[in-house]
Amino acid sequence: MKDLKSQASKSTTPGKGGLTPEIQSRIGHQLRAMYDDVVRQGVPDRFAELIKKLDAPGGGSQSENGAGGSNDNNGRD
Amino acid sequence: MPLTNSLRDDILASVPSLRAFAISLSGNADRADDLVQETLLRALANIDSFQPGSNLPAWLFTILRNLFRSDYRKRRREVEDAEGNYAKTLKTQPSQNAHLEFEEFRVALEKLPQDQREALILVGASGFSYEDAASICGCAVGTIKSRVNRARSKLAALLYVDGAEDFGPDETVRAVIGGSGG
Repeated sequence: MKDLKSQASKSTTPGKGGLTPEIQSRIGHQLRAMYDDVVRQGVPDRFAELIKKLDAPGGGSQSENGAGGSNDNNGRD
Repeated sequence: MPLTNSLRDDILASVPSLRAFAISLSGNADRADDLVQETLLRALANIDSFQPGSNLPAWLFTILRNLFRSDYRKRRREVEDAEGNYAKTLKTQPSQNAHLEFEEFRVALEKLPQDQREALILVGASGFSYEDAASICGCAVGTIKSRVNRARSKLAALLYVDGAEDFGPDETVRAVIGGSGG
């Protein structure tokens, strides 16, 4: 990392940006907590279904590198 | 590149963070999911233009962000409906206190200019590099840095410091968000 000479030596002194490291990390923490709360919900079914349905864009004849086996009932045509 | 199984899996794996990003941007869970859905459709329709080996999440985030932008311009936040809508998306209800603090934070985040908010989220929560965030937002790396910096200062002013808004946040980007131990 860079040389943190004048700044960040004291954790209670605001740096040039006006923020103490403590406040900065608090913001970071809350931001991630909020974000991760949603991330932890995983993939809602609606999106999994969506992607599955669109598996074969052209209509189904596109089996990429023969690794197929996961399209259950793609038989639209 | 065609839609292979592994690419499809990778897209699916990006959905949770796309949702988180969309919710942070729009402050509205329902709208966020619509955004994500549109993003996925758009991505799949344009999958040929995705370069294999490039950053898939960044590509998807770019699409989502652009969709949000055009949508935003169209209707400019029809309702200031933020209240409670975000809380609805939470499966685990935090304790009363934590929830209050959480809510306060979210409201403060909403007050940031959009440019700053998205930059802060991309770097501070989604974990993108400044370079990736710059490419997602279509601006210079230095611009992202200063937006993130201003966003933090503003948040701090709103949340932790009473009425001290003149921080002169122009330079000094100490990316503590990335390197905070806890």
